[in-house]
Amino acid sequence: MPKTLYDKIWESHLVEEQKDGTSLLYIDRHLVHEVTSPQAFEGLRINKRKVRAPKSTLAVVDHNVPTSDRSKGIKDKESAIQVEALSKNCKDFGIEFFGLTDKRQGIVHVIGPEQGFTQPGMTIVCGDSHTSTHGAFGALAFGIGTSEVEHVLATQTLIQSRAKNFKICVDGKLPEGVTAKDVILSIIGKIGTAGGTGYVIEYCGEVFRNFSMEERMTVCNMSIEGGARAGLVAPDQKTFDYIKGRPMAPQNKDWDKALAYWKTLFTEENAKFDREVYLNGNDIVPTVTWGTSPQDISPVTGKVPDPKTEKNEDRKKSMLRSLEYMGLEPNTPIQEISIDKVFIGSCTNGRIEDLRAVAKVVKGKKVNKQVSAMVVPGSGLVKIQAEKEGIDKILKEAGFDWREPGCSMCLGMNPDQLKPKERCASTSNRNFEGRQGRGGRTHLVSPVMAAAAAIEGKFVDIRKFS
Amino acid sequence: MKKFERFKALAAHVSIMNVDTDMIIPKQFLKTIKRTGLGAGLFYELRFDEKGNEIKDFILNQAPFNKAKILISGKNFGCGSSREHAPWALLDFGIKCVIAPSFADIFYNNCFKNGILPIVLDEKLVKELSELADKKKEIEIDLEDQKIHKGDNRPIDFDIDPFKKECLMKGYDDIALTLNKNQKISTFEDKKKTLTPWLYT
Ligand code: SF4
Repeated sequence: MPKTLYDKIWESHLVEEQKDGTSLLYIDRHLVHEVTSPQAFEGLRINKRKVRAPKSTLAVVDHNVPTSDRSKGIKDKESAIQVEALSKNCKDFGIEFFGLTDKRQGIVHVIGPEQGFTQPGMTIVCGDSHTSTHGAFGALAFGIGTSEVEHVLATQTLIQSRAKNFKICVDGKLPEGVTAKDVILSIIGKIGTAGGTGYVIEYCGEVFRNFSMEERMTVCNMSIEGGARAGLVAPDQKTFDYIKGRPMAPQNKDWDKALAYWKTLFTEENAKFDREVYLNGNDIVPTVTWGTSPQDISPVTGKVPDPKTEKNEDRKKSMLRSLEYMGLEPNTPIQEISIDKVFIGSCTNGRIEDLRAVAKVVKGKKVNKQVSAMVVPGSGLVKIQAEKEGIDKILKEAGFDWREPGCSMCLGMNPDQLKPKERCASTSNRNFEGRQGRGGRTHLVSPVMAAAAAIEGKFVDIRKFS
Repeated sequence: MKKFERFKALAAHVSIMNVDTDMIIPKQFLKTIKRTGLGAGLFYELRFDEKGNEIKDFILNQAPFNKAKILISGKNFGCGSSREHAPWALLDFGIKCVIAPSFADIFYNNCFKNGILPIVLDEKLVKELSELADKKKEIEIDLEDQKIHKGDNRPIDFDIDPFKKECLMKGYDDIALTLNKNQKISTFEDKKKTLTPWLYT
């Protein structure tokens, strides 16, 4: 029977499969960060267990770290303890660790690909739901809880059951100003936040083939927002070119062997998917979320929806709740919503291409007086690259705050937070209640839309912005 | 892990769809390096106002629901972040079973690792149970027979993966189970080292 890409990766990692489908899956790579790992290491210590494959494990601090000057360490005591705990755990168990002052430090899902740690055909896990990002390389990558982190540390395997295959195909050409972020928001708008539950999505079609690796990562990153276990894009020449020469990529003879293998990683013709969804790229538009779930999307030219017209009672209730939290009136044009903050960064949109796109929009312009705007590079290396290209200068001249790398205001575990009722145009992935700070109001948008909003002080149609 | 035993208790009905794990346990509680004590932060922003005062309207602040051992909620419960702090917080608060029309994958898995039983039921049945909960009627969860008893002669059946059920019933440590298969893992690893050697250099 013809196989999907997911089937191939799954089957090549099966250590054991029981009759009821419960399987033991071998894990090639494990990424670790400070928030979801301390209890796992504690568990290992209590039970006198070792890390089975320290060399397959890479750790970094990202969620808690301050994005301002770091020379004096971390002020917040609890955050400092967590960061210190990871450093000690890595030392004790022999795991490579990128600490606060390492220039390779950054968001876990940015540094994996950047180092060449992420490669096609692998199984990759991390105690973080956005591990789906790495699927952009044709790797089966998914988030796990802390007990599973401990399980992988101890055994280099996971107990899993097979997911179903979901194909999302977007053909056509994206109009000018429409980005990978708009594509994935449109997909989530269509399938809903639970639409992918129980599935692994493979993104197929012209649009994804034409995407850069950064754009593919933006899409795969938010697979979890559609409920999917993981997202995949089949590897191609762009994937191989991206990986080649990175510090942890295969070298010399190994490279040729790896490449030959990677080229076998695609979905065979007539392979069966359990579900298929088709979108036309030509129809996708710049998108803004209005509610507190990533599925609450509107075209930038649209209006805040009116719950009165919603027939499903549960849905109506949740719309009313969202609008109240967001402080929005039904039928308000999206372009009349003014904002207080702009956050550019996160594992969705904190890569070099994103920063280049932002710089292009804001060059020679000024951030609106009522807006405070920050840019947080996804990693130390992204920051260095941006500075080499003069992107930091353009942004600073426009009035953006240029910060140190980390998760920052994506979840506000560090001091970067929204105040109650503050409204933010954010390039991150979650607009949940309280996500960016208690009472904070998040609108998810693409980097170019966030940049234009920073200049105008409200949402504008990037296609008409010059 | 403690064995999951049959129990009868009051259920609290939190009637929200897409309850995300940020809502179940907000970020400020993720800074702990322990698994315990998180009950204080459960649904924090729904339970406490900005000054830290209890919000009386919220169901988990009302007696007798503040002692509920079962939670009933809307579909796609536990979506978003993979934080296991969410089931830790529920457990610390005393919740041993969550009933909803659907769950997000990672949260669903995380429950089993902590001895919490998540039950997926048809929306109509969830509604029926939530009405009983609102009337403060206790229900009984019987994992062994996969039934929810509600004091009449029509218990509700539920589905569960047999392996997950066994782990809960027996309170297995699944790392120990897997470590017993060490030989198998090593054999697999050796095979992989010849097939994909670049992963091991
Ligand atoms: S940037 Fe945001 S979504 Fe990504 S890993 Fe950090 S907190 Fe999670």
